[in-house]
Amino acid sequence: MRIFIIKRLLLGLLVLFGVISVTFVIVRVIPSDPAAQWVGPRATIEQIEAARVELGLNDSFFVQYGNFVADLAQGDLGKSIRTHQPVMTELKAFLPATLELVFLSTFIGVFLGLYLGVVSARRKDQWVDHLCRFFSVATVSIPAFWIGLLLQYVFYGTLDWLPLGERLSMNVKLFHEIPDITGMLLFDSLITWNLVVFWDALKHILLPGFVMALFPIGLVARMTRSALLEILNEDYIKAARSYGLSERIIMWSYALKNSLGPTATVVTLAIGYTLVNTFLIESIFSWPGIGNYIASAVVSLDYPAIMGVTIFSAVSYVFLNLAADMIIALDPQVRT
Amino acid sequence: MSEALLQVSALTKHFPITSGFFSRPVAWVKAVDQVNFKVSQGETLGIVGESGCGKTTLVNVLLNLIEPTAGQVIFDNIDLFSCSKEELRTLRQHLQIVFQDPFWSLNPRWLIKDIIAEPLNVHLKLTPLERVKRVEELLDMVGLPNDAVFKSPHEFSGGQRQRIAIARALALNPKLLVLDEPTSSIDIFSQARILELLKDLKKSMNLTYILISHDLSVVHHMSDKIMVMYLGEVVEYGPANDIFNRPTHPYTKALLNAIPDITTESLEEISELKGSVPSAVNPPTGCRFNTRCTKAMDVCMEKKPGISDIGYEHTANCHLI
Repeated sequence: MRIFIIKRLLLGLLVLFGVISVTFVIVRVIPSDPAAQWVGPRATIEQIEAARVELGLNDSFFVQYGNFVADLAQGDLGKSIRTHQPVMTELKAFLPATLELVFLSTFIGVFLGLYLGVVSARRKDQWVDHLCRFFSVATVSIPAFWIGLLLQYVFYGTLDWLPLGERLSMNVKLFHEIPDITGMLLFDSLITWNLVVFWDALKHILLPGFVMALFPIGLVARMTRSALLEILNEDYIKAARSYGLSERIIMWSYALKNSLGPTATVVTLAIGYTLVNTFLIESIFSWPGIGNYIASAVVSLDYPAIMGVTIFSAVSYVFLNLAADMIIALDPQVRT
Repeated sequence: MSEALLQVSALTKHFPITSGFFSRPVAWVKAVDQVNFKVSQGETLGIVGESGCGKTTLVNVLLNLIEPTAGQVIFDNIDLFSCSKEELRTLRQHLQIVFQDPFWSLNPRWLIKDIIAEPLNVHLKLTPLERVKRVEELLDMVGLPNDAVFKSPHEFSGGQRQRIAIARALALNPKLLVLDEPTSSIDIFSQARILELLKDLKKSMNLTYILISHDLSVVHHMSDKIMVMYLGEVVEYGPANDIFNRPTHPYTKALLNAIPDITTESLEEISELKGSVPSAVNPPTGCRFNTRCTKAMDVCMEKKPGISDIGYEHTANCHLI
């Protein structure tokens, strides 16, 4: 098991190296002048030249690459061209909002997905099952930003039940102390028992969280359904039934447990997809997270910021895949 | 003759074929039709038949997994389908099964100790120590080493897995063991050893077996009585030796002829049955075997044959007799 993990980590390092190199090359190929952007629209040519030297843009491609990798090894992602702040600092500032969204949507996705999958499998080929399957196909195939816009129209524009975007209302931000421990508002306000902030944060996260959860819900529901149906046909389930165990026990503590392997793999991949989805969802809901950050970075060709988010995503993917492999390895038939 | 441990009378199970929005049944699959038989204490009944003859349905009914359309199953003087919950609980302890494929009958994520202890946990309240003792006892009975308890099913061969399945089935000291093709998915050497084990266990634990198999030599070796089924009906029933020595129903004859033995010189000598089993949705009228029978007469097309007694508890359902 330990050798397996080390092997995987080394492989992950290789993947990271590839991602870094490719993004580095692509960013350099795009026709733009970072130095000019660094100093702003009214700078003189001398100022631009000075900036070019300061940013190391006059060095050869390979020297630049070497410097970048050396800095990266020390945890330095460079400075944002747009804000002149270290990218690492900015990532740290924007990350909690995104993590909160990803955690919540994964949580909703897994539980609702499992539930729908079990209901579907239990009432196979009845109308409940057909409805669940239609729902899961729909959630996987309809783009999340479209559903996001639609829900905004319904719940903000028409019903006015939920806010349009952002993490907190203006008056809560002004008149209440906002706890900052992990940066995840729901969690922080709950452990400091600040219910006004909690309630406001919950109302804000509901729509984006649900929209992001749709994809995992559909995926998990479909995986669970098919895995369950396969397992429910096995003889050891038949044996359990012949002991007189109730369908409920058989479903939840026999079949569901054994079907979790494939589902867990899918969940880790769905988290990766959700991470990418934040780019769209956070823009729509003005959510101050990584997705929003990279969206504005891309528009202004802020290449250190783009690189920073790319590397962050790549690292997340590598670890999620490792987690998926380890979950599979928990199966006694794989573990040897 | 000893008292019947299991008495099955007029057992019928029809499955609906549904279609349309309201799932209305449009036809019925006659999986088991008017089946009567009994098994006495200490006896082994072999049930023989091709795929689709209703063996699986019969097993499911015996295990109380599906309710029959009509008919009665009386086990140990208790009606399986109109008894109280408490009685059903006891019945379930005394009626256990060994499945055909030991690769799918053991939960792949459990350890052997949990698999064998499963029926104990469901039915009896034992202390952990008693449970461990019982599991070791059972492993010993089926000839597996004690260190097997902390292993997973995939670490064992097919024959060993089948031994584990047998240990699980014996955990509650059952009276009747249903053996659903217990040897057809394991290699020939393990087969012989498993069969010997089953014979020994039967003697030492005073068990009664229902052995379902399509391997006639296995059935002959193991059974006291044999029941031949075709398309959901019993066609011939009698003592094992009698059935093998003087088969009367054309279907039984055909089955016995299909066994290749050492004196068979060419494949032509084996008379094979033409065609395959007709659909159980619309079984042939009259005798159900009339579409494949070499000796079919006019009467076979119109009238269902009754039971003819040919002596020594040997009966057959055929117009020829």
